[in-house]
Amino acid sequence: MEKVLQTAVQSKTRTARDGRLRRFWNNKTLLLMCLPAIAFFIVFAYLPMPGLYLAFIQYNYADGIFKSPFVAFDNFRFLVINGDLWRLTFNTVVYNLAFILLGNVLQIFVAILLNELRRKWFKKVAQTLLFLPHFISAVLIGLIAYNILSYDYGLLNHLLTSIGMDPVKVYSNPHVWPFIIVITFLWQSTGYGSIVYFAAIMGLDNEIIEASEIDGANAFQRIIYIVIPWLKPTFIILLLFSLGGIMKGNFGLFYNLVGANNTALYSSTDIIETYVFRALMTNFNFSIGSAVSLYQSLFGFVIVITANWLVKKASPENSLF
Amino acid sequence: MEENIAESRSIRTDASEVIVRTFGYVVISIFALCCLLPFLLILGTSFTTESAIKKFGFNFWPKEFSTFAYKIVFENPDIIVGSYIVTIALTVVGTAIGLFLVAMTGYALQRPDFGYRNGISFFIYFTTLFSGGLVPFYLLVTQYLSLKDNYLAVLLPGLLSPFLIIMMKSFVRSIPHAITESAKIDGAGDFTIFIRLILPMTTPALATIGLFIALGYWNEWYNSMLFLSTNMEYRPLQLFLYNVVTSADFVRNSAAASNVSLRDVPLESMKMATAVVATGPVIMFYPFVQRYFIKGITVGAVKG
Repeated sequence: MEKVLQTAVQSKTRTARDGRLRRFWNNKTLLLMCLPAIAFFIVFAYLPMPGLYLAFIQYNYADGIFKSPFVAFDNFRFLVINGDLWRLTFNTVVYNLAFILLGNVLQIFVAILLNELRRKWFKKVAQTLLFLPHFISAVLIGLIAYNILSYDYGLLNHLLTSIGMDPVKVYSNPHVWPFIIVITFLWQSTGYGSIVYFAAIMGLDNEIIEASEIDGANAFQRIIYIVIPWLKPTFIILLLFSLGGIMKGNFGLFYNLVGANNTALYSSTDIIETYVFRALMTNFNFSIGSAVSLYQSLFGFVIVITANWLVKKASPENSLF
Repeated sequence: MEENIAESRSIRTDASEVIVRTFGYVVISIFALCCLLPFLLILGTSFTTESAIKKFGFNFWPKEFSTFAYKIVFENPDIIVGSYIVTIALTVVGTAIGLFLVAMTGYALQRPDFGYRNGISFFIYFTTLFSGGLVPFYLLVTQYLSLKDNYLAVLLPGLLSPFLIIMMKSFVRSIPHAITESAKIDGAGDFTIFIRLILPMTTPALATIGLFIALGYWNEWYNSMLFLSTNMEYRPLQLFLYNVVTSADFVRNSAAASNVSLRDVPLESMKMATAVVATGPVIMFYPFVQRYFIKGITVGAVKG
């Protein structure tokens, strides 16, 4: 009896192992096709992760990673006490909220207006121009801002002095930078972002619009009672998705607009990415930089999970996992 | 039929339609102008004499026309041509390899009969949720891979992205699985099916994804700035532009080779001329491929 059981268990484990092997064998080509990508993500995404151990040591170049003294949470304590962590979180989150909310509202606005236009050539030309800023590098964005804002030669001061006002020193006034950064972001992203909403409006059934016209709805009523409610699900989904990235900053935008060493503006323009970059390239403080990165990744992770949970509630078929 | 609907609609034009439409034309025109003018500002300034810039500032239309800045940029064509070649090489090689890998991975992960697809998909997707951050990444590339001052440090990290693989998956999803199945019955292997059947059927998707990758390489400056130091002779265009824009010394040094006295170097117009030279091709090319970018965002944006 015992023997029978034993062989039964053995054959069961054998078939399980055989099944696993067979599964592997049947999938071998597809697995091989994925191998380069797996190797890529191991090297460039997973290998750096253990490096976050830097956040718990007092890294110095002479001792290297393994011999530098272990300090547990001292780096985090330092960041909390001197207020850096709070300032960075605040700046990163508030900028992103402004980008997401204003961005989506403006994208909807542009998409609805584009949809109302009838001249095809005008629509085409307008769209081409609206998308243009999306295709240029962050370096050029910085240069464009300099063209407009430069104290000596900028267009803004040129206009101000020509109407008899005093020129302004934009690059040393931290209070105006939130507006400049948000406006630049909207300038760059609104046209291209409006495509999603425009495509959603295209999916709106023509018969509904016609029925509303027969019922006597005018253009305002059509937009307010049909088009905008129609866009609401897309809006909510996109909003929740972007909320997942609320701890991630747009390094290229901030770095090129503000400049590498403009300390006068840090109070209102420093985000997590720029801070970590300076920790690495200017102050060579690898541990502090890693501590901020680890905080960003963990906090961001929790937010993505929450956002996904919300998406799942709002529309299950759109959730990520 | 569509024409008829449009016509029948435009017949019933009441006041509200006219107001909305006029408002639309005005607002969109203003916005479109705002998108265009900054480029004209750079173009105009690049053709202006330095003395006119000092007197009148940057302007859309050159007050005093001059091609001096371009002359200096091309006086020593070695550097700018070298930058162009580096950027073009990175873009072509990176796009070719990256596109092939994205397509192959995307197809395999979309196969319903692939046993590991969920596991691998999550393995890739997880990298967007959690990352080691900049410092470990920098140490990896410079110390462990020893790629400092090596173009590979710019080429390799740009090859793949979870976003593009997800986009490819959504494209492949529109191809019926029955095609793969019938090819398997005929005895074709998975890789053959991918090369001979799937690739030709997904050319619009490949165009879209390829353009995303290519644009990424052309505009790449971040990894270049991190890993390529200024003592490299030929830098990718955007890094070159970054150096010109941010460092007056850099401009003076590169102008010194062209027998211009340091005092006469047209600092400001040279920045703009370099920007025009570095960005021009993209802007010229872009209207022709715009529709592929539109396709990409509508497919990839909403659901992975």
